[in-house]
Amino acid sequence: MALTDEKVKTAESNPTVSINFEVNGVRHALVIEPRETLLEVLRNRLGLMGTKLSCDVQVCGVCTVLLDGMPVSACTVLAYEARGREVLTIEGLAQGEELHPIQEAFIEGRGFQCGFCTPGMILATKALLAENPDPSIDDIKGYMKGNLCRCTGYRTILDSIQIASRRLRQERP
Amino acid sequence: MQPFEIHDVPSVQDASNLLSEYGDNARLYAGGTELLLVMKSGILHYDHLINIKTVPGLNAIQYGEADHELKIGALTTHRQLERSEVVQRWLPLLAQVEREIANVRVRNVGTIGGNMCFAEPHSDPATLFLALGAQFKLASATMERTLSVDEFLVDAYEPALQPDELLTEIRVPLPGASTHGGYQRFQFHERPTVSVAVLLTLDDAHEGIKEVIVTVGCVNSKPFRATEAEALLGGKSVEEAQIASDKAGKAAAEMADPSDDLNGSSAYKKQLVAILVQRAFLQAYTRFD
Ligand SMILES: Cc1cc2nc3c(=O)[nH]c(=O)nc-3n(C[C@H](O)[C@H](O)[C@H](O)COP(=O)(O)OP(=O)(O)OC[C@H]3O[C@@H](n4cnc5c(N)ncnc54)[C@H](O)[C@@H]3O)c2cc1C
Repeated sequence: MALTDEKVKTAESNPTVSINFEVNGVRHALVIEPRETLLEVLRNRLGLMGTKLSCDVQVCGVCTVLLDGMPVSACTVLAYEARGREVLTIEGLAQGEELHPIQEAFIEGRGFQCGFCTPGMILATKALLAENPDPSIDDIKGYMKGNLCRCTGYRTILDSIQIASRRLRQERP
Repeated sequence: MQPFEIHDVPSVQDASNLLSEYGDNARLYAGGTELLLVMKSGILHYDHLINIKTVPGLNAIQYGEADHELKIGALTTHRQLERSEVVQRWLPLLAQVEREIANVRVRNVGTIGGNMCFAEPHSDPATLFLALGAQFKLASATMERTLSVDEFLVDAYEPALQPDELLTEIRVPLPGASTHGGYQRFQFHERPTVSVAVLLTLDDAHEGIKEVIVTVGCVNSKPFRATEAEALLGGKSVEEAQIASDKAGKAAAEMADPSDDLNGSSAYKKQLVAILVQRAFLQAYTRFD
């Protein structure tokens, strides 16, 4: 990962580019380097630590964020791709102290243990339910197959997603 | 990652010109799901990435009535193909294949053209496109040409692209009403270990086989037609062919030349080929009412 890469040249000589984008409803104008990943910009420039780095090769889903509502791997998508677009990270879900219904569902369904995969799980769930409000178990498994959890054995995650689906449908029938 | 510049280009012509100008120091950049991984790991570096997502019209999926074909722009994402009504209506088999690729994040970003041009041997769509007889349209600032899948895929990681050339469109001839397809894959890791496509054409009574195409992917450096399997099934009655599908699977496996790797031993992969050929054949057959 480039965060502490010794081969990185001095910052002043590197190509830069200005981008405007929205993160969790807040507009940002930043000068970044094209090589910066979305994850690097979210964590290192905006201090949003909810997006975690794990496999770094788009397999595990831990770094999932939503770009215009679509799940992407922030570890590999360039921040440049967010120009003019909206990013949602786990920090953008709760309204103040009030948790988002999907977050509540993950607590009720015990959909996490260590919590490392949870931001990605919850954001992928949000995208799934936006697209398919009443998914079958197979739909859920298909959509979530790229979000790995090493603690729960997945059963409680499936439960949590089903609870979230019911909640959201009751809220906005 | 080492520093680089990104160039958003407005046209194929501009992309091609920049490729000529920068030579080995530049690379076309579509979704980046492959390119950025190799750049992050430090295996390759380019000072210039030529972003072709800004070329208008390269991510369209259209039904071409004149030639009864699908025209798929190279910049179409996997997710677009999976969800496209045009694909679901005219070639549901492609939607079936696309749904299984990678994970939803890679499908949201990765393009069909990037999959083909990276020429990674473990490609699902390459196996299907070979069976369907897809044609690849290539363009540079100075010329255009069309290649078959077999001509385009020279070897592992080696597409038949000139240094200044882009893949712009994939044209897929649509199977007729008396043809159905099956597709089977088996997977341990991110990418398929073995993939098999079958296109089955029956006579009007649905009793005899007029034509059968069997392609096998992921086990050789590029997908291949299992002609030995096709020969064992072609011209048979459906009943005979179902019995012969066991032999056909084994014949396809004999044509495969897999290596031992993390996906399994060579013998194991051959066994998978044999089984998946049978299953794909059966799947195609069950799609006739
Ligand atoms: C975790 C993971 C799982 C995967 N699983 C599967 C799977 O199950 N099945 C499967 O088939 N594939 C799988 N893939 C591969 C995936 O389909 C490709 O990564 C994706 O389609 C590549 O497209 P891209 O736009 O991101 O390509 P890029 O990374 O942008 O480009 C790849 C290469 O192609 C070149 N290129 C791109 N577009 C063009 C063009 N139009 N003309 C000329 N050259 C071009 C680039 O210069 C580069 O060399 C997987 C990938 C990952 C990372």
